Amino acid sequence: MTALGRARALLGGLRPRLILAFVAVGAIAAAAAAWASAASAGSALVEQTQRQFAGEIERTVTATAPGLPYPPDQAALDRLRVTVGGPALVTYGALRSASGPGLAAVSPELRAATGETGRLLVQRVESDGVLRLVVGAPVMITDLNGQRRPSGVEVYAVRDLSAVREQVDALTANASRTSALALPIAVLLALLAARGVLRPVRDLRAAARRLGGGDLGARLRPRGSDELAELAATFNETAASLERSVGELARMEADARRFVADVSHELRTPLTTLTAVAEVLEAEAGRMPSDAREPARLAVEESRKLARLVEDLIEVSRFDAGVATLRPEEVELRAAVRDCLRSRGWLDQVELDAPGELRAVLDRRRLDVVTANLVGNALSHGAPPVVVRLRGDDTWAYLDVVDHGPGLPDDVAAHVFDRFYKADTARGRSNGSGLGMAITAENVKLHGGTIGAGNADGAGAHFAVRLPRWTGEQP
Amino acid sequence: MARILLIEDDHAVRRGLALALDRHGHAVGEAGTGEEGLRALGGTRPDVIVLDLMLPGMDGFEVCRRIRAAGNLPIIMLTARGDDLDVVGGLEAGADDYVVKPVQPRVLDARVRAVLRRGAPTADGAPERHHDLTIDRAALAVTKGARQVSLTPTELRLLLELSRSPGQVLSRQQLLELVWEHDYLGDSRLVDNCVQRLRAKIEDEPSRPVFVQTVRGFGYRFGPV
Repeated sequence: MTALGRARALLGGLRPRLILAFVAVGAIAAAAAAWASAASAGSALVEQTQRQFAGEIERTVTATAPGLPYPPDQAALDRLRVTVGGPALVTYGALRSASGPGLAAVSPELRAATGETGRLLVQRVESDGVLRLVVGAPVMITDLNGQRRPSGVEVYAVRDLSAVREQVDALTANASRTSALALPIAVLLALLAARGVLRPVRDLRAAARRLGGGDLGARLRPRGSDELAELAATFNETAASLERSVGELARMEADARRFVADVSHELRTPLTTLTAVAEVLEAEAGRMPSDAREPARLAVEESRKLARLVEDLIEVSRFDAGVATLRPEEVELRAAVRDCLRSRGWLDQVELDAPGELRAVLDRRRLDVVTANLVGNALSHGAPPVVVRLRGDDTWAYLDVVDHGPGLPDDVAAHVFDRFYKADTARGRSNGSGLGMAITAENVKLHGGTIGAGNADGAGAHFAVRLPRWTGEQP
Repeated sequence: MARILLIEDDHAVRRGLALALDRHGHAVGEAGTGEEGLRALGGTRPDVIVLDLMLPGMDGFEVCRRIRAAGNLPIIMLTARGDDLDVVGGLEAGADDYVVKPVQPRVLDARVRAVLRRGAPTADGAPERHHDLTIDRAALAVTKGARQVSLTPTELRLLLELSRSPGQVLSRQQLLELVWEHDYLGDSRLVDNCVQRLRAKIEDEPSRPVFVQTVRGFGYRFGPV
């Protein structure tokens, strides 16, 4: 698995996803709450500062206004400015108090608005990164008929809000710290919650694994009534039905096995007698009257065929019932194949092409059956020379049987391993049982090998067998 | 040629085999049950037993064990092909060899002759000593220390073949041909089983053998002591 794949698998897990989701929600909520409270505290602070400042200016202006000569001169404006204190500016028409901040700090809108409304106005101005409060306060006078009106004298005071802003920044920093602190708590909570949520999932996984491993009694304890509990119930039902089916299969298999054993015994007993008596008959045939000789010969021949057929049938049903077992042992293949050919008198009809010793671990008797059937088939249906080729690599042994006959038509090649398949339908019964090739294929499969039938280049039929070299062992 | 006691419950099989063995020149005594067979042992004094394993009443394994407990009489089992439990059980009960039903009488005859040959002396010369084990090839006697070791003809022949050249490894197939006179498809379990019984009789510690040693993946070797 690549690093990327591993990472994806890690993040793709239910637990990491749950935890991530939990942490994300927790962190966002904490951050939002902290930010909101910091923002509202900040704006309240600014509001309060603003109110205080405006109040101060208003009080000063109200207190100073009665003592102001009217219309005021330059000196009166200066005095008023000193009274207001701090960075301030007092205007009357074109007159400006001295040593105040230039009118640049006061926006024309504020000035216009102050003049028009005759009310105290506050404006927040930000320039060069500095936030300032600018208060515009008109000085009111009471005219002769008792009405209050703007005197035309306007006081503008500026208050630097840097300190307040610092306070607000501190609040914000505090808020981020608080939400950062919430993060590990969110992770902890997420872990706990994920554990709770994932326990049924984990149980399910463990149970499924046990079931897959062959423990058909694996069940889950249903807890609660959520979707996971439903899943657990479904799992239990599935497992129960699987257990039932497997039990049924096992019973059927046991029945089949018993049947094979019974049939084998029942058939073998009379065959043993037949085989024994046939040999006696055969030996005595010479001394029989000539009209008894022919039936005796037929009885002997047919009982041999019957014995072979029954033996093959029992072998096939053993494969079908799944009771055929391998008995692997160390075998030197070249010698084993040569022994097989020699014992059947085939050595001078068959060319054995084997470069050297080829050791393998497999079932010696079954290898003999495979070799004998393939070579016997080549000798009776193909044409000489018949070549048996043995090769091997680290994991496989290859046994190829090639003859030089006309080869296999495609429709024959497809069925050559079928039971009782006869390539030449015109010929009635062959010498074999008709099961030889099927048994050959089963024996190869039992080893975990493969077998194929086809035609060799420039030759006849080609049967290719591949057997694992180390059956049931580590190489 | 040989006196054979045939223990087989099926009348037809028994008669058929008896007729055929008779034609091969043997004197065949017949028994239909294990109990009958055990009773007949004393009277007919057979050279070899041919024993069916599937018997009513006392089964073939038990008959085998009882015969073995009483002496070293060779036993050839009649089994069903591929019935590995039969083969293994019979060998563990002490059988010397087995044939598969339906058996050709000439194969059975060959096995009978082979098992009898094992008990015949093939060499002369002075007894050989290997540590505390003395092997007398002429008298076919084996002693361990001062004690005579009682071996079946098959066990004896296996020991003789192995000890003929101490230190040399013989494969199971070689031993099957030398001792059992089987063809190349002989069952190597015969060898393994016989080796175990032999070890039980001649080794001080059968689980840590000194005389008959296993050479993994090859076969067996006598000594070197």
